[in-house]
Amino acid sequence: MRTSLHAAHVAAGAKIVDFAGWEMPVEYLGVRAEHLAVRERCGLFDVSHMGQIEVTGPGARDFLQTTLTNDITRIGPGQAQYTLLPDDDGGVIDDLLAYALLDRFLLVVNASNIDACVGRITGLAPAGVEVVNRSPHVGMLALQGPAWAKALTPVASPEPFSLQYMEATEASVAGVPCLVARTGYTGEPGVEIMCDADQAPAVWDALMGTPDRPDAAGLGARDTLRLEMGYPLYGNELSRDRSPIPAGLKWACDLKHGGFPGAERMQREAENGTPEKLVGIMLTEKGIPRGGCPVLVGGEPAGIVTSGTLSPSLGVGAGLAYVSSEHAERGTRLEVDVRGKPKAAEVVTLPMVDSSPRKEHHS
Amino acid sequence: MSDETYPADLRYHPEHDWVRVDGDEATFGVTWYAQDALGEVVYYDPPDVGAATIAGQSYGELESVKAVSDIIAPASGEVLAVNDKVEGAPELVNSDPYGDGWLIRVRLSDPSELDGLMDEAAYRSYLQGL
Repeated sequence: MRTSLHAAHVAAGAKIVDFAGWEMPVEYLGVRAEHLAVRERCGLFDVSHMGQIEVTGPGARDFLQTTLTNDITRIGPGQAQYTLLPDDDGGVIDDLLAYALLDRFLLVVNASNIDACVGRITGLAPAGVEVVNRSPHVGMLALQGPAWAKALTPVASPEPFSLQYMEATEASVAGVPCLVARTGYTGEPGVEIMCDADQAPAVWDALMGTPDRPDAAGLGARDTLRLEMGYPLYGNELSRDRSPIPAGLKWACDLKHGGFPGAERMQREAENGTPEKLVGIMLTEKGIPRGGCPVLVGGEPAGIVTSGTLSPSLGVGAGLAYVSSEHAERGTRLEVDVRGKPKAAEVVTLPMVDSSPRKEHHS
Repeated sequence: MSDETYPADLRYHPEHDWVRVDGDEATFGVTWYAQDALGEVVYYDPPDVGAATIAGQSYGELESVKAVSDIIAPASGEVLAVNDKVEGAPELVNSDPYGDGWLIRVRLSDPSELDGLMDEAAYRSYLQGL
């Protein structure tokens, strides 16, 4: 499948790869340059492959409260919330952003999980709650980086700059009706913009035509940016094999009220601890950890790397790993078995870089 | 990045490695095609000096941000030198794959193996077929 921006990517010199069945740009000029552009200035990503599911009806809020892990009653119209869709055992079907809008809830889910999410949510929905998969009709861009507002100012009306982190509003961008949200997956301040898929190229071109135009950024940089922040990626850090608790996502699980599938297991895990925990790791010698590399302590198995790369911001091999909880303390010395070669590493605090998506814009 | 070139004085292995022969010694590296496919190279894991290379087998690794690639020896021999400039600045493999981006220098143990490698024209037509 191709997004409506495919021609724009090819024209910009993108290297295209398959991602969850989509032909997506992995990089344009290079992952490192795009990564640094987002940290230092601004980048524009096509994330139209992501899924959008609308949930409507008078019982929608109560339904989502017993279907998703976070407390959806804490958000009102124009607010977004990170949450998870658990299976009956408390395993993770997907992690997602839930938006409360005036007349509906909008769930933005991972491209690889659209069918699983639609199936699960539809299957649980009671009479009177309508679930509609809008994914094929929605285009989505992520404008990320400290200079995001400079790129958006000339083409947006009203200027959506009073938005706080995790707030959303309707706005016109390049004359296209959009939902603009202060959300993202990079750790930088910025917005995500949703509109009719057919009109996404007009929004992309308008942003690229501004004097402070962002750099086109691909999925490669999106992955290294999220990894430095310690944001989990479904399929790497999250799966049906574990609950959200060992991933450190207790904050997104409303264990006080519970009532959603797997809540009792999560409560138990939160109280008693889990055998392993997700941590950030950095190599203290040259090398790059990769997903699947075993983690060792004193030569004994102690965990597994779930994501790894060369951190473009820090210039060192960095990753996320599930390690035995007794070895999860910051500063713990580990080894990562990189294709047969043990490399010295240590547990580090997340995020790995000094960044916050809550930062105010500098316009 | 560099322009796509395949110098005429080199021999080429189907795994996108080149060899520059100088008597019974040779220099190995990866081709423009290889570095373009890999993307920006950020790490070079070289063999030890004195180690053996075996034709068709991996002697080291190049990594981009996204991927790891084995480096395949186009011929057998003994490693005489490793390009430590590439260890410090792996992007030389992208910017100058046939010059400063060379990877190892080898004493060939069986120069007849070179007869099985491609010349520039053969490698270019091989790339056309990929």
